[in-house]
Amino acid sequence: MSLYTALIAPFAEYGFMTKALLGCVLLSLSSAPLGVLLMLRQMSLMGDAMAHAVLPGVAVGFLLGGASLSLMSFGGFVAGVVVALLVGLATRSTTLKEDANLAAFYLMALSLGVVLIALKGSTVDLMHLLFGSVLAVDDASLRLMAGVSSLTLITFALFYRALLTEAFDPVFLRSVCKGAGGIHLLFLVLVVVNLVASFQALGTLMAVGLMMLPAVASRFWAQSFAPMVGVGAGLGLVASTAGLLISYHINVPSGPAIVLSAGALYLVSLLLGRYGSVRARYFPFKHLNQ
Amino acid sequence: MSVILDNLTLGYDRHPAVHHLCGTFADNSLTAIIGPNGGGKSTLLKAMMGLLKPLSGHIQKTGPCAVAYLPQVTEIDRSFPVSVFDMVLLGFWPVCGLWWGVTKPQRHQALRALEAVRMESFAGRPVSVLSSGQFQRVLFARLMVQNADVFLLDEPFAAIDTRTTADLMQVLRDWHHQGKTVIAVVHDLPQVQAFFPEVLLLARECIAWGPTPTVMTEDNLRKADTLARQWHDHGEVCAA
Repeated sequence: MSLYTALIAPFAEYGFMTKALLGCVLLSLSSAPLGVLLMLRQMSLMGDAMAHAVLPGVAVGFLLGGASLSLMSFGGFVAGVVVALLVGLATRSTTLKEDANLAAFYLMALSLGVVLIALKGSTVDLMHLLFGSVLAVDDASLRLMAGVSSLTLITFALFYRALLTEAFDPVFLRSVCKGAGGIHLLFLVLVVVNLVASFQALGTLMAVGLMMLPAVASRFWAQSFAPMVGVGAGLGLVASTAGLLISYHINVPSGPAIVLSAGALYLVSLLLGRYGSVRARYFPFKHLNQ
Repeated sequence: MSVILDNLTLGYDRHPAVHHLCGTFADNSLTAIIGPNGGGKSTLLKAMMGLLKPLSGHIQKTGPCAVAYLPQVTEIDRSFPVSVFDMVLLGFWPVCGLWWGVTKPQRHQALRALEAVRMESFAGRPVSVLSSGQFQRVLFARLMVQNADVFLLDEPFAAIDTRTTADLMQVLRDWHHQGKTVIAVVHDLPQVQAFFPEVLLLARECIAWGPTPTVMTEDNLRKADTLARQWHDHGEVCAA
């Protein structure tokens, strides 16, 4: 097998592979800043919870319109935002912390989603919704991904300073900026729309993989925010390409293949990364005087 | 600019932490808030900053109301990947807002602020490498560029060594000389006597408020201490 048939031909010769790759490129670009920010806020598991929270909305969309992308995406978006708002409301008006409320609400949402699908659908439908199928990405879902990706990057550029300050020093932000509470909500909405855009390709359970794994790995290679996002996006692109090729050549589901590839990159970074990795900790560079 | 407290009661969950406080932080005053732990000092600062809604009463600010606030350090994520210089630049937020960029003169001003707290050589380093004392110096540099009229400082010298405290105390006195209103929660009583012209002794209620020699008497301090000993879990619900 030549290098061409191994790496290039699958994308050059098959339209569904080209579309799948394009979709993953778009998702990697917009997920990187969100994933890095989630990680820095110690909310890495929050993305996972939100990915589950969109399920009841997707299920309602599925029940009303079958496999209609627009209905399922809209339903997922509404469900995700509703859960985010309820969590925010519960956190602000009770003594319980955000993570506890989030756990409670996303578990309710997840089981509600499964019940809704079971009422009318089959286990095949359920598997499709949970794990997606990146090889069924069509023009409509590509347009959705392109729209969400652009919207996310533009919003991030506009509110860059506020989003970072909210993560670093929220009390300071509240003391100098009146709309500080809205910034947190804006961030959560961005996370939800990105998860909704990627659920078609990767499924609700895998959607968060492409967001968090490259972002977490990037921490081992960079020490400030912008380079972390760059590294995160790059690792996401590599993982997407590798995952799609693995899926094509050995015939396994593409969503898990992509997330596993991202996982492999994370493990390599964990062991060999430049900052804070196992290598940096146990085999540090020699002290200059020695 | 002065801050007027009018029959102010503050608290959490119906249990007041500060009772019926009346008084004025005069324009260009330099006031230390002292008192036992749990006496409501931080609560009062949060309320003046607008982060906590009063249970009753009012806080009035006269004149243009640019207030800068230094919370207790523990509320900031010090592992965040931000450089010392960028952190100081955040102080221009009231001028730059969400979108405007930082100008060259502002960058020079930020560098001068870092020089004033002797941290200019750390400008390019990430904040995660700083010690507590160095971090506190950088927070002061950020406050300096905020250019507020009122400064509210919550235990600015807690866990800070003598030399850093002396440097930062000088910054406070500079603000005072520039005509700013400065209010700081302080625990070191000799320091209060040496540097602060005004004192508010707070132990859930105002024990005394005024010029330092008249407030820091044996009687007043003992009274605050006695009140602190009487506190228990099921604190009284305010009757008045």
